[in-house]
Amino acid sequence: MSARPPILELRKVSMDFGGLHVISELDLQVDEGEIVSVIGPNGAGKTTLFNLVTGVYRPTEGDILLDGKSLVGLPPHVIAKRGVGRTFQTLRLFLNMTVKENVMAPAWAHTRSGVLSSILRTPRMRREEREISRLAEEKLAFFGQRLMGYRWNQPAYSLSYANRRRLEIARATALKPRILLLDEPAAGMNPAETHEITELVGKLRTEGGYTILVIEHDMHVVEGISDRVVALDHGVKIAEGSFEEVATNDRVVEAYLGASATTTK
Amino acid sequence: MSEIPPITDQPDAPKIGVDSWVAASEERVERARGARGLALGAFERTPPPFRLAAFVAVACTLPLFVSSGNLFRYGFFTLVYVMLGLGLNVVVGFSGLLDLGYVAFYGIGAYTYAILSSDLHGIHWPAEVTIPIAIVVAAVLGLILGLSSRRLLGDYLAIVTLFFGQAFVTFVNNANPKGLTGGANGIGNIDNISVFGYTLTTTRQYYYFILAAFVVVFAALWSLVRSRIGRAWMALREDALAASLMSIPVNRLKLLAFVFGAGIAGLTGAIVGPALTGVAPGNFDTSILITIYAVVILGGAGSLAGVVIGAIVINVSYELLTPATPDRARWLFYGVLIVALVAKVRPWSRLVTVLVTTAALGFALHELAAVSSSTATTGEVNTGGFLTGAIRSWVVIPESPGRLPDYGYVLLIAMILVLTTVKGWWRVALLAPTLYLAAFVWENLLIEQPSVTRLILFGALLVALMNLRPQGLLGTARVEIV
Repeated sequence: MSARPPILELRKVSMDFGGLHVISELDLQVDEGEIVSVIGPNGAGKTTLFNLVTGVYRPTEGDILLDGKSLVGLPPHVIAKRGVGRTFQTLRLFLNMTVKENVMAPAWAHTRSGVLSSILRTPRMRREEREISRLAEEKLAFFGQRLMGYRWNQPAYSLSYANRRRLEIARATALKPRILLLDEPAAGMNPAETHEITELVGKLRTEGGYTILVIEHDMHVVEGISDRVVALDHGVKIAEGSFEEVATNDRVVEAYLGASATTTK
Repeated sequence: MSEIPPITDQPDAPKIGVDSWVAASEERVERARGARGLALGAFERTPPPFRLAAFVAVACTLPLFVSSGNLFRYGFFTLVYVMLGLGLNVVVGFSGLLDLGYVAFYGIGAYTYAILSSDLHGIHWPAEVTIPIAIVVAAVLGLILGLSSRRLLGDYLAIVTLFFGQAFVTFVNNANPKGLTGGANGIGNIDNISVFGYTLTTTRQYYYFILAAFVVVFAALWSLVRSRIGRAWMALREDALAASLMSIPVNRLKLLAFVFGAGIAGLTGAIVGPALTGVAPGNFDTSILITIYAVVILGGAGSLAGVVIGAIVINVSYELLTPATPDRARWLFYGVLIVALVAKVRPWSRLVTVLVTTAALGFALHELAAVSSSTATTGEVNTGGFLTGAIRSWVVIPESPGRLPDYGYVLLIAMILVLTTVKGWWRVALLAPTLYLAAFVWENLLIEQPSVTRLILFGALLVALMNLRPQGLLGTARVEIV
């Protein structure tokens, strides 16, 4: 790789809840323009990894660097502003706000109008509002016709499940993030929608220019999108490499299927 | 690997995302066609500044029609509740913080003004100094309350803030350090508001002053909730964790909401104190808090126009039920009954049947009672106005009713409960005797005890309204989890 620092780097990160070691001495690097998948059985620590990077939890040990600068100890909204956008495994949209407002809300990161200029509606504040509005429309347009037109002014709770997942991705991209963390984007989708998500993640990189770290259970999706796959089990990295390397790795098969599966293979 | 099905997103094919909200659009269009829909549509098409201007224009002409006392009770205090509701709406409606200590900031504003402009301490600062001080003091205390409870949400926040509200009342009542707050007697002889040499003396001047304050506060909030700050407040209400992960500084916005709500309440208090010429601890207790919450919830939490409507409905109906004027309460009672019947009984033929049956039943029972006993219909009608004649020949009013109205009251409640469970023609058949019984109980019992009746009817009105529109008059229905 080049001499530039990786976009996201985890150095020997550990996370304990009481005596439970959820993440142990995890090293991870994500380079610019890469799509890295994190796989692992339930309870492997995948979502905890996302919570550590976004500042929901503070790691017990180790360091997390974004563009070479440490994120450890920063509050979540500062980390988000630095350029970490994420979606949630269990959707957490602002359900009673409109579709467009959902995407406009994260633009807090790159607007500055204060209370007084908002009350007085100064020209600068109105210009910012127009820019946010255009940004939101642009991010929503990324999803084709699905989140366009009359849907902008619909409350988010009125969207179908698949469209809510798309809206979460749109909301995260409105942060203009350096790295996008997608937590199971294909969870609960039907086969056609899953296929579409696979294409969408690719498109996020090629057209959107995002670097992506993604948690996914669906191996078709993982195979379709990943440059590199990282397998976790009980908070320990057990394999890393291309999809074929990881999928055929004995320890990965063992983690998913149990010890006897590897011996009878 | 199995075959992946093709994507079915052709423009003419049914879309995957077609959902209940879209499917229900026909129904919404249908609903928007009625008289109510036309009114709401006209309201929505009017640009917001014109809506405010229309309201202010109507409000400006109010003093021309009503007496000074009525202007104070109906006009001035409606605007007081509007202002308090607007402030609470920022905290509860937009930011979703359940603040039960809100009324204390209203009291703090009033007391700050009273301490700095009254005979109690011999300080007579002009209003252009004391009103800003009152706002700042309330806002700073709002900040302190917010800081101490910034990690709390929901029920926990409610308990802490409720304690704060109670602590304020106890403090001004009992603590009274160096005679600062005047103790249980409160502070009297507060100076009139005097701005740059111009002193407000009449009710009408106070009314216009608070109207001006309302316009400023309303316009400011209207802009604010349509800015990034308003969106951030709503995001905080919807999901605080998700909001913070979307770069919104949640704690700072919570404090801002507390400060704003407290500042508006402080301003209102600083106007009400001098208007009443005195403040006492009892003016700022939990009953006021409940009324303000009723204003916000009835109007629709999160709706600015809703707060205005809610305050009008609550203050005007509460004042109409005042013990001093029983005939107005009577108008409201019969008026609400008839409006509810017209709104709820369908089709028209059924409504006519109910009304005719009720009227006939009344005259028949009246005749029967008059024949059977000489004193059964000779009781006095309690200050009936020009309805007196109709009531005397329709409602049975015995000269000495004894316990009869009490039993009637219990029976009325039972009949209303039965009414809610039966359906179809049974309901229509039961409606007429229930209505007549309600009139009987009203004329013989409730109108004799106006102060209790006021609370019973006010409660019944709120229950009925909230059942009809749980989201409030102008609120939008919200979902919690889907």
